[in-house]
Amino acid sequence: MIPAEFSYVRPSTVDEAVAALSGAGEDAKVLAGGQSLMPLLRLRLALPEVLVDLDRVDEMREIRDEGDNVFIGAMATHYNVIRDPLVPALVAKTTATVADPAVRHRGTFGGSLAHADPAGDLPAVMLALDATMVARSPRGSRDIPAADFFVDYLTSALEPDELLVGVRVPKLGDDWGFHYEKFHRTAQSWAVVGVAAAVQRSNGTVGAARIGLTNMGPYPIRASAVESAASGGPASADAFRSAAEAAAEATDPPSDLNGSADYRRHLARVLTARALTAAATV
Amino acid sequence: MTTAPEIGSSRKRSEDARLITGKTQWTDNIQLPGMCYVAFLRSPHAHARITNIDVSPAKGRTGVIAAFAGQDFADEQGALPCAWPVTEDMVHPDYLPLAINEVRFVGEPVAIVVARDRYAAADALEAIEVDYEPLPPVLDMEEALKEGADLVHGDKGTNKTYTWVFEQGDNEAAWRDAPVVIERRYIQQRLIPSAMEPRAVVVAPVGDEYTMWSATQVPHILRTVLSVITAIPEQKIRVIAPDVGGGFGSKIGVTAEEVVLMLAARRLGRPLKWTESRSEGNLTVHHGRDQIQDIAIAADRDGKLRGLRVKLLADMGAYLRLVGPGVPLLGAFMYNAIYKMDALSFTCSGVFTNKTPTDAYRGAGRPEATYAIERLMDELAVELNLDPIEVRRRNWIKHEEFPYTTIAGLTYDSGNYEAATEKALQAFEYDKLRAEQADRRERGDPVQLGIGISTYTEMCGIAPSRVLGQLNFGGGGWEHASVRMLATGKVEAVIGTSPHGQGHDTTMAQIIADKLGVPWEDVKVLHGDTATSHKGLDTYGSRSLAIGGVAVVNACDKVLEKAKRAAAHLMEASEQDIEFANGAFSVRGVAESSLPIQDVAFAVNLAHNLPDGMEPSLDSDATFDPENFSYPHGTHLCAVDVDTETGFVKIRKYVAVDDVGKVINPLIVDGQVHGGLAQGIAQALYEEGVYDADGNLTTTTLADYLVPSAPDLPTFHTDRTETPATTNPLGVKGVGEAGTIASTPAVVGAVVDALRPLGINDVRMPCTPERVWQAIKDARGGAS
Repeated sequence: MIPAEFSYVRPSTVDEAVAALSGAGEDAKVLAGGQSLMPLLRLRLALPEVLVDLDRVDEMREIRDEGDNVFIGAMATHYNVIRDPLVPALVAKTTATVADPAVRHRGTFGGSLAHADPAGDLPAVMLALDATMVARSPRGSRDIPAADFFVDYLTSALEPDELLVGVRVPKLGDDWGFHYEKFHRTAQSWAVVGVAAAVQRSNGTVGAARIGLTNMGPYPIRASAVESAASGGPASADAFRSAAEAAAEATDPPSDLNGSADYRRHLARVLTARALTAAATV
Repeated sequence: MTTAPEIGSSRKRSEDARLITGKTQWTDNIQLPGMCYVAFLRSPHAHARITNIDVSPAKGRTGVIAAFAGQDFADEQGALPCAWPVTEDMVHPDYLPLAINEVRFVGEPVAIVVARDRYAAADALEAIEVDYEPLPPVLDMEEALKEGADLVHGDKGTNKTYTWVFEQGDNEAAWRDAPVVIERRYIQQRLIPSAMEPRAVVVAPVGDEYTMWSATQVPHILRTVLSVITAIPEQKIRVIAPDVGGGFGSKIGVTAEEVVLMLAARRLGRPLKWTESRSEGNLTVHHGRDQIQDIAIAADRDGKLRGLRVKLLADMGAYLRLVGPGVPLLGAFMYNAIYKMDALSFTCSGVFTNKTPTDAYRGAGRPEATYAIERLMDELAVELNLDPIEVRRRNWIKHEEFPYTTIAGLTYDSGNYEAATEKALQAFEYDKLRAEQADRRERGDPVQLGIGISTYTEMCGIAPSRVLGQLNFGGGGWEHASVRMLATGKVEAVIGTSPHGQGHDTTMAQIIADKLGVPWEDVKVLHGDTATSHKGLDTYGSRSLAIGGVAVVNACDKVLEKAKRAAAHLMEASEQDIEFANGAFSVRGVAESSLPIQDVAFAVNLAHNLPDGMEPSLDSDATFDPENFSYPHGTHLCAVDVDTETGFVKIRKYVAVDDVGKVINPLIVDGQVHGGLAQGIAQALYEEGVYDADGNLTTTTLADYLVPSAPDLPTFHTDRTETPATTNPLGVKGVGEAGTIASTPAVVGAVVDALRPLGINDVRMPCTPERVWQAIKDARGGAS
């Protein structure tokens, strides 16, 4: 790896990290697990002047119960997230599909959200669960709803001096079922399309459904039309298939080597039906 | 006491501990005093004229020692070689290590920076000023051959480098009134070899002598060619291939980077190092495959083959690499595969395009041929409403017919296609899966089952020198080994083949252990350094065991012959009465006489009491030049589940029954088969080097160029039949490429078989989910 030159700061507390970031100006980058940033540095697609390395900020690794929510520290690794029983099922299930074991041991929960890659698996889940991103800056703490957090391709709502310290994920009741349907060409590759589904079941009907779509546009989106169509209907594969016909509405999927936009729209429909069916039967 | 034979024993590889932990000498690990680092500036254009180049701004950058453009080496950088002029009139443009006036593919080097560290070298590249005047890129082979097409090499007047024609049998008769004719076009996509270790080169000049370490498969060939190109006398060049992390053909070339580092080291009098990044490697390591295959078959209604006609276009890329033009010709002899027929017509044209040059990649010509013929045998079965196994059975050479001279003129020495196929069918539970397939078709299951078949053979153990000469190949095909017993009775063997993951340390030691009756652990195998391995022709074409292994046997025989003479002298017996078994000599009929070979080695080394005229060491040199290729074969069966809603293909079962002759180490053979299968499956389902409309390679990282890993592959069921080769004393055949050659048609055949009821008879490789989905959609008239 031969990146361009940068200066390097390694704080050990959140306060120090926030101070380092705000002192570093616009061309600073936060280094969490490095699983996305390091390749960008290597290819010289990212040319930061300062790297603020959070590896020693242990307080950011905590996962804790906050009553109605679970707070997941931004520096919790994917491996921590998968193993911690406090973590909501959809988050843990989805995280288990991220890349490969080596990446999951280094890569972090917060890093993959702040990177805001539309092909990343976790943003769609945060959206589906109405999670709240918690950011810190010299101006204090700020809560950012997931719906406002993912702004554009590789762009989050974080200001240059804001640090994502963790995420509050609402707990859903026992009547909810979850599934993440990831479609990718090889086990280690990015999702061509992914569908995160949460379904509230009551006596064979759907109380409510929440669906987040991965890689169906420059940022993750909710499949609102499908949510409405499924809610209140029967929890059956046929009903889900019919509701999922609307899955590609309002999407703007990319065309690339892994699939054309048309193919992705088709996949969104097929995978949404499968995700809903699986979530409703778990 | 009789010891268990080493040959046939699944020894764990003695080299693995160091290779797996990385605690060994890879080229990039080498650090020398005063060493500087080289970075290459590469063309961002597929085709452009260089109107100006100025490296001087880079020279002022921190840490920079020097910077050079092509012009700086104009008088000393000879053209990179192509050792295989397949026709007398082959168009062969100069391939300069550093381009001077024109660049012809993205990634072609135009300048270098030499700096104190690799960061400074990389940083300074951006200071070099190059003005390019873009020229139209040539990217499509068929367009390239049209009248008035843009030219890759303007001064040559054509984009065609050669047309090679091979006609056997009475083609006119075979095709006249043929009751069945099937024609197909298959596309062999461009593949990018992905060795785990990227290429790396270190050159250390001492006076006017040079040592080069390179991640190469061919240290001996590299030394000879470097000498020819740079005019440095061969005896003043030492090439070392330390441990090398994979090659698959991609490291058989003599590359621009090796030559440029040599020239720059000579100019500067400093040791230099260059290690490519993965992206740099994807752009510039030679690519493989990339052919358009038009193939037709003529047959009788009972399925018996009459004739085969093959017309190939083979993409050479922008220049001719070391053996690039000959790669499709290796396939020419393999289109007829295991089948009997009356006529064969083969024509291949090599075409220049503004893409990375192509050359040998695992299988080299034979995977392409095997793919086409096996796919076509399936088509014939469909046409005649026969089981695809049956149509093969009606045409293949029967075991009692060996040795058999094929329509291509090769003499297959041995084989048993019936036995391998029978064993594979049983392990696969072929009939049961066919029944399940019928059931799922009947039910309209959205996940359809497909079954693919490959009853392959290949020619490897490259090669008889005489045959190579007849094919105009610029090198021989013999191999060399030295075996010496040290004073303590331990053994050192020097081999001319150059392993880069194959396990020669282990396999060759097993052969020697059995031949000399010494413990396996007592044998050390040396290789990959022209100073210790003074003769050899290196490793490619599955030749190391079938040729190099025999050289080892021959060397052992010579050692034994000498040891026997010494033993007779020491035991005061006639040589005719000396017997050798289990590592000791004895006098026939004298029960308690026993002289271990180690004691003989010690005595010969002492030289106190030798027969008159005997030289005081127990060592020998031997070479082997084969009379024939080796012809491994086998039957591979693949079952896939095709999700017709998404197009996703999942391999459900894979059975590989291979016949590689006598097996020295079953564990290593299984490993070769597993790796080969992974690479063949990769071509079928995952890998493709893709260029955009401007000639930019878009698959420069492993995120875009999808190499499958263990989770993507099924549990392989491997088994063997063992029909010894009759053309070498070990009875061995090559195994390095067999898995790759066999598996691609088995997998694609299975995908097509799953979709056959929809009227689909082809899916272009790699069979990506979208391509499969699109094929289904088209077959259904646009509805998915």
